[in-house]
Amino acid sequence: MRLRLERTPLGILALAAAGGLFFVLPLLGLLVRAPWPAAVSELTAPANLVSLQLSLLTSLSATALALVFGVPLAWVNARLDFPGRNLLRALVTLPMVLPPVVGGVALLLAFGRRGLLGPALAGLGIHLPFTTAGAVLAETFVAMPFLVVTVEAGLRSLDARFEDAARTLGAGRWYVLRRVTLPALLPSLLAGAVLCWARALGEFGATITFAGNFPGRTQTLPLAVYLELETSPDAAIMLSLALLLVSLLVLVGLRQRWLGAA
Amino acid sequence: MSRSPAVSLLALLAAACGALPAPAPTPADLVSGTVNVFAAASLTEAFKKAGGDFEAKHGAARVQFNFAGSPTLVTQLTQGAQADVFASADQPNMQKALDAGLCENRPQVFASNRLEIVVGAGNPKHITGLADLARSGLLVVLAAPAVPAGRYAGEALQSAGVKVTPVSQETDVKAVVSKVALGEADAGIVYVTDVRSGGAKVAGVPIPDPQNVVAQYPVVELKSATSAGSAKAFIDFLLGAQGQKDLAAFGFGPP
Repeated sequence: MRLRLERTPLGILALAAAGGLFFVLPLLGLLVRAPWPAAVSELTAPANLVSLQLSLLTSLSATALALVFGVPLAWVNARLDFPGRNLLRALVTLPMVLPPVVGGVALLLAFGRRGLLGPALAGLGIHLPFTTAGAVLAETFVAMPFLVVTVEAGLRSLDARFEDAARTLGAGRWYVLRRVTLPALLPSLLAGAVLCWARALGEFGATITFAGNFPGRTQTLPLAVYLELETSPDAAIMLSLALLLVSLLVLVGLRQRWLGAA
Repeated sequence: MSRSPAVSLLALLAAACGALPAPAPTPADLVSGTVNVFAAASLTEAFKKAGGDFEAKHGAARVQFNFAGSPTLVTQLTQGAQADVFASADQPNMQKALDAGLCENRPQVFASNRLEIVVGAGNPKHITGLADLARSGLLVVLAAPAVPAGRYAGEALQSAGVKVTPVSQETDVKAVVSKVALGEADAGIVYVTDVRSGGAKVAGVPIPDPQNVVAQYPVVELKSATSAGSAKAFIDFLLGAQGQKDLAAFGFGPP
């Protein structure tokens, strides 16, 4: 149901306008201060392209990992009754409130050279800190909760009767999951994946703490922006705009296509 | 006695920090109010000590610090942050503040710092000098070239004729120390003062003078100062005997 403009309470309109401005003004600040004449050369500088490419690679990999492990996790959280479920749900969302730098330290203590699993991983020849895989892991840690929470909510709001009906008609577990549950869940899956990807793309704290910063290996776009800010603020502004533009295009595009703009 | 609990707590905290007991301000002591000091991250420990001693000397004055990387501080100041004093870890960043017209007068160098190799406690990889950092399989982290410590490290390696490929270029010198303290990296190049404040988990390997770099720390009174007298008093304090003693206690050299 949609209210017409003239029937919306004025207070709500005023607060909504203030809220909207709060998001628009910083973006406007970037646009106004951007060194437009140098824009193309800044954006196509080889070092910046390397960071952009790395950012796309790591954020998409993190989203893929989050889908593989996060969807089953959401399913267990939403559907199964077991002792400690509330604790598990709280733990899964912990990275959302944890300062990312703390998350990075925690990852080091778990997967670092001296971490809990460090020696075992080293035995398998796997080294995560200071590698691209480490950057992916850091982004997954911070971004996956967004997918889990969204998919879990989707599963809860799903009408279980469709699945029950399929089962009484003789469909097996996998068949129900593939042909009934997942298709009905698609909007939540996509929304969760997009949120997760956006968070991974902008990830800074956990990445720099766990994976470090090296061009072409772990220096993602947000890290490049931070360092550019120290030497050439103009380049930092252009890079920030590039990051914003990529995210905005994807978010707007997806919203119209799948997330029900109606 | 009707002091509120919050006030009592504050007094207690201040006492615990060594700020109290302060001598009663004499009428001749014109230094009062709060001095806002923007200072480079590597000065953190030393300036906290110096700030406490300054407050003890001038009972009516308080010092408030904002510690961050020098370039970040310059950005904050050029974007209109109000501060009375700016202490930079290098000259180029002070020059940026001068170019932006933020400074009230000429900066003065008040301290110097030198580089050291930071390694894990007990030096497990037996590193004896810069040349060892090129050893294969050794994980070396440096500060990024954009950060003063990273630039200095590059200069030191160049004068030693050593080529090092770090596994990471950290955004500040403290991050280099913590990577080594956590055991993720084998060695890094940081300031002598960082090794000292790094605690028992790290150790330092000296870099000989011909290869070493002397970092100069300039300080200046800012145009945005609200209490000019206090700003000047704090700078004088840093350059005076007590301030120099505080800085030396944390490994800083004389100007």
